[in-house]
Amino acid sequence: MKSRDKAVNQMIKAAGEREVETVWDRYQTQQPQCGFGELGVCCRNCTQGPCRINPYGDGPDHGVCGANADTIVARNLVRAIAAGAAAHSGHARHLAHALKKGLAGKAPAYGLKDEAKLRALAARVGLDPELPAEELVNKFMDMALEQFAEGEGPLKWAQSFLTGGCGETFERLGTMPTGIDNTIVEMLHRTHLGVDADPVNLLLAGVSCAIADYAGSHLATDLADIMFGTPGPVFSQANMGVMKEKSVNIALHGHNPVLSDIIVQEAREMEEEARGAGAEGINLMGVCCTGNEILMRHGVPALTHSISQEMPMLTGALDAMVVDYQCVYPSLAGVAECTGTKLITTMDMAKISGAVHLGMHEENAAEKAREIISVAIEQFRARQGRPVNIPSVSSKVVAGFSVEAIVQALSKLDAADPLKPVIDSLAAGSLQGVVLLAGCNNVKVPQDDSFLVIARELAARDVLLLATGCGAGAYARHGYLTPEATLEYAGPGLKAVLTAIGEANGLGGPLPLVLHMGSCVDNSRAVDLAVAVADKLGVDLNKLPVVASAPEFKTEKAVSIGTYAMAIGLPVHLGVVPPVLGSRLVTSVLTEGVKDLFGGYFIVETDPYKAAGAIFAAIQERRSGLGLPTREWE
Amino acid sequence: MTRELLINYERCLGCRSCELACATAHSLAKSLFGAVLGGEAPLKRIFVSQSGSRKVPLNCRHCQDAPCIDACITGAMHRNSDGIVTNQGGEAPCTGCWMCVMVCPYGVIRAETGKREAVKCDRNCTDHTGVPACVKACPTGALAFTTVDSHSGKKRKEFLERALK
Repeated sequence: MKSRDKAVNQMIKAAGEREVETVWDRYQTQQPQCGFGELGVCCRNCTQGPCRINPYGDGPDHGVCGANADTIVARNLVRAIAAGAAAHSGHARHLAHALKKGLAGKAPAYGLKDEAKLRALAARVGLDPELPAEELVNKFMDMALEQFAEGEGPLKWAQSFLTGGCGETFERLGTMPTGIDNTIVEMLHRTHLGVDADPVNLLLAGVSCAIADYAGSHLATDLADIMFGTPGPVFSQANMGVMKEKSVNIALHGHNPVLSDIIVQEAREMEEEARGAGAEGINLMGVCCTGNEILMRHGVPALTHSISQEMPMLTGALDAMVVDYQCVYPSLAGVAECTGTKLITTMDMAKISGAVHLGMHEENAAEKAREIISVAIEQFRARQGRPVNIPSVSSKVVAGFSVEAIVQALSKLDAADPLKPVIDSLAAGSLQGVVLLAGCNNVKVPQDDSFLVIARELAARDVLLLATGCGAGAYARHGYLTPEATLEYAGPGLKAVLTAIGEANGLGGPLPLVLHMGSCVDNSRAVDLAVAVADKLGVDLNKLPVVASAPEFKTEKAVSIGTYAMAIGLPVHLGVVPPVLGSRLVTSVLTEGVKDLFGGYFIVETDPYKAAGAIFAAIQERRSGLGLPTREWE
Repeated sequence: MTRELLINYERCLGCRSCELACATAHSLAKSLFGAVLGGEAPLKRIFVSQSGSRKVPLNCRHCQDAPCIDACITGAMHRNSDGIVTNQGGEAPCTGCWMCVMVCPYGVIRAETGKREAVKCDRNCTDHTGVPACVKACPTGALAFTTVDSHSGKKRKEFLERALK
């Protein structure tokens, strides 16, 4: 089985018939994959290498420089964390530059949209929230950009948006960053030949980098909300059935809303042009986290996610795929060539050979958005008369659960103390705990399978489920972001809680089984929620019955997110084995040793049923620690 | 005693270093960088496959009763004075009839790119000590070049250590 998604399977078949190579084919041609790489014991950091350590002890146990398996594995892992942090914070930086230019009158597409969010954030970071909006937003932006530079004290965004206990732990262990960029750069320095060879010291630096990643992610969420609005509940659809044969079909793929949000706005103005070309209209759809951003804010339907990103082109009905960056497969250019889709790259730092590049700059965002839509309209004209093969598979979606939206919904139950109903339910046991399901799909796992199994197993046992990124995408495509899924899969306690909230909000039924909190930078939203609960209870995050799970992760960003989730005190389940097994020491530090330092730790389990059991056990351990009633797995 | 290419299957990590070394040894440049820079595309004659959870290298066994020699119509396929089965330097050139490919039970004979000519392990890859390139390249000892009796002796010892522990 390649995927649990019926639409994806239909398109895999179409790909086979047309001899279009997909991610699954390429994975097969990559077999067998190098065992040294799988174990993390290959070092390519200098030209005396590549060096590999024999894991059987029957060959070299040191690289040319003398680095052993522990050093090599730790170095490779922390470099991945640095890359993940660079990606999330780079996303935040682009947003910051856009807003800064917008405020200076140089980028008319950007400005302050959500003043309430700005004021709330300002209060958290120590600015006077009562200042006039223009003065406040400028001060806020100065502070936001300062996060990237090396400061003298603890990184503001890490300190302000975590519990006091986390801050103390990070200071004590020397893992509190002083800035985002210098922390990432220092990691490249440390992992250069002949610098840091102490595996534990390297891992602690990795934690520091992951905390910088958290700050960058939080900033990305904050800035997007300020610029484009904080999400509230939206109703939409997901999967390839959202494509419309007679419309100009445009997929927006990547991660940053900096262009996609503008395209959504401009597309509304260009409906007439599309109709002039014989189309019924412009049909925007999202892929990966750019898709999540515009789903959350505008209800734009989700087309597909992660490893199935090549599939929508095979319908023959996709006129353009517009990409920004991160998780965008270069293979799209080849598929686009076969199917006639225009693949349009938009970021000067992220081009793909064979794509059309329409470089977007903050100053010309709206014009570029219109140009991009025009290219898609032209392609719509060109494809007329060609057959299409659109799977009639789609699911209803309820999304948009920012922390603000969740608190708003809860306040209908208890206006004075919105978190109280959740905390009371956790204490009584009608909610056993909270699990955040995050991360990507991975070609090594049947697409979505682990996400779905873990959600069903945990929901049936009264665990509240949150989701972000392509995990949220998986749940969207399989109908798990619906009240119907709650009725079908939730245990009695969870069902009662979700129904009480839903009915208090006039939905006439429960909230969805899984709450979609946004893109992968929006894992910061889930942390915000956990921090609010922890602060309310007066305990630290590492005491809460809250677990994070990345059942099908693949990217360096996911490694970084998993590491910050561990560092703030959460048990973190990984459903794909990370490349660390070549070092017994690193493996044991990550799964056990870190527990004494941070409270969080990694659980590696590839079987989704066993993983659900392990996650549930971690929740029970936390409940027991808090003196709450516990339950057996049954 | 003659040394043979023997495989410790459980040691293979699937790194394909043997494949790369085999191909490089059959290049004109005889070096990885030289062959790559020269735009060469030398063919490998050893194949690492994934079989279930196992990674398995396989190449010509140079069988005593070699079906490829029996099946060869032209007489190209023969056993040379070193005991190596090869279609190079035989009675007549290989015509690419693929009989050898069809009868080889291991599937380790392939076709030269763009030519009607069979390609297989020919041991034209050994260093000054006589060790094949694939064995030299293997970082885990999955490929061994040793006498049969020495190999079986080692296995016997390992078995006894396990069994009588």
